[in-house]
Amino acid sequence: MTLDRRSFLKLVGAGAGAAGLPMIGRAAELMPKGAKRVVVVGGGYGGTIAAKYIRMMDKSIEVVMIERNDHFVSCPFSNLYIGGILKDLNPLTIKYDKLAANHGVKVVQAEVTAIDPAAKVVTTSKGTVSYDRLVLSPGVDFRLEEMKGYDAAAMEKMPHAWKAGPQTVLLRKQLEAMKDGGTMVMTIPLSPYRCPPGPYERASMVAHYLKANKPKSKIVVLDANPDITSKGGLFKKGWKDNYEGIIDYRPAKKVTEVEPGKMTVLIEGLEDVKGDVVNVIPPQRAGQIAVAAGLVGDDKNWCTVNPTTFESTKQAGIHVIGDASNAGAMPKSGYSANSEAKVCAMNIVALMNGKELTEMSGINTCYSYITDKEAVSVAAVYKVADGKIIAVPNSGGVSPADFSAAKIEAVYAESWLRNILTEMST
Amino acid sequence: MMMKWRGWALATGALAVSAMAQAAPPSAAMLSNACAGCHGTNGGSAGPTMPSLASQSKEAIEAAMKKFKNGERPGSVMGRLAKGYSDAEITAMAEFFSKQKLHVTSQSVDAAKVKKGASLQESNCGRCHIEDGREGKDDTPVMASQWLPYMQMQMADYLSGKRKMPEKMKEKVDPMSKEDLDALLHFYASVK
Repeated sequence: MTLDRRSFLKLVGAGAGAAGLPMIGRAAELMPKGAKRVVVVGGGYGGTIAAKYIRMMDKSIEVVMIERNDHFVSCPFSNLYIGGILKDLNPLTIKYDKLAANHGVKVVQAEVTAIDPAAKVVTTSKGTVSYDRLVLSPGVDFRLEEMKGYDAAAMEKMPHAWKAGPQTVLLRKQLEAMKDGGTMVMTIPLSPYRCPPGPYERASMVAHYLKANKPKSKIVVLDANPDITSKGGLFKKGWKDNYEGIIDYRPAKKVTEVEPGKMTVLIEGLEDVKGDVVNVIPPQRAGQIAVAAGLVGDDKNWCTVNPTTFESTKQAGIHVIGDASNAGAMPKSGYSANSEAKVCAMNIVALMNGKELTEMSGINTCYSYITDKEAVSVAAVYKVADGKIIAVPNSGGVSPADFSAAKIEAVYAESWLRNILTEMST
Repeated sequence: MMMKWRGWALATGALAVSAMAQAAPPSAAMLSNACAGCHGTNGGSAGPTMPSLASQSKEAIEAAMKKFKNGERPGSVMGRLAKGYSDAEITAMAEFFSKQKLHVTSQSVDAAKVKKGASLQESNCGRCHIEDGREGKDDTPVMASQWLPYMQMQMADYLSGKRKMPEKMKEKVDPMSKEDLDALLHFYASVK
């Protein structure tokens, strides 16, 4: 039997880690490394920006960005699609071809399956990739052990839609198919989770849809938190002014189990709630690859990092940005990930050139829609003080309580999206 | 000797934590890059209601940020964000963006309005909005290639009194019709 090179690599790839191939320690190196290389895992809000800015600041560093999909769909604004305001996900979707063409980022579409911090090698579904420094921007994965019954099959019946894409489409389809007079149930996990105001914006967008299309229907929001976790006063006013009788908000209701067969969710074994559509947003932790690499802190959920470099405090040479990291006062938002990526990129370039580090300065700006024409925002500036990332005192905050800026902020939010997605994709 | 050891530690990435204490304060680029999520990479905006900051005059950005900070200029998130920066940091960011290349936009503009606006600009605005708006006298903002929707929103704020017009601008704007002003903005949007 003869094997050509491609079939041989395929065999090796398939057999890596299995006992049948004792001669081969790991899959073949996908691309031989030159003098200086940074590997970025994840092509979302954090990864694309880290890859691009490293290249913008130092063309002598080779940057390989590994992402399992050939495109990225933004979670920000995906609630507008669920609420029927956006007709498709195209305005939220980016590709990576211009990051390659404009900045020379080498984009590899593959799944990262393992990290070897000692050897400085990541294993992917296509082969191994060596690095000098590694940036992980893997987003979140779900703590399914805290949501009994919520397996892959359950997700098809009770979508989370907390990673934008097919799940988002599924939730909208279910909402559209729901009869008038039906009930949608949404569950919110204890903070911290990805995008603090996101669930409340989703409730608003669903209510907007129901009000216009199925006025006898309602949405029951089961929040594990004692109160709305972000922009609370603004959401409450927005709901009172627009969605009285449509949004049934119930705080301190922690859902711990689901029964997809009955379309019910269970609140700590005490109370069950049935929905015609059920949207389960499970508890979250750092993306699995970061957990497997031993990067999470004492809470076992989020990666602890140096606030200047975003280098892991657990493994030298690995940096973690975005939702997966614990970035002090910075919330788990797309804009935070963008801002953290730039801080990380600048200090990685400094580290790789033996130059002095620069203290971080960051921003978060986040809009939430209340209706199709009104949005509210939160914004803050961040810096390091006593080794921690804090919000700069006496700055930042939320929109005026009287909604006097809500119409203009809905307009600004559209430009926010255009700019941040353009930054990530050009 | 100390310096040498530190250089080695930084180069190899060893002891990054101890190096952290010695990190330099945020540089102009560190401060400014954070703005780019909304204002575009290096201040070149892709969002029609967010202004490009690239190639904007240093004095204009300083003046705008200080007015956002003290509440003199209306804004939504900008007032809240401007309060997060010292005057020195604002100057550093203003310098950073002033050094960037003009962000040339391709907008759909009305050719007749552009023509009318060009002659209005020359006879009314050119003394401060120099070089067809590519430069600005003192803290006069650069207008060239700025987004039309952004400029229209700002003009509406000026006319309603929400944003205070500089005296010299008011003298020129007061006698102009709405059509004249619109033509002017189409002209600036068209300048490459």
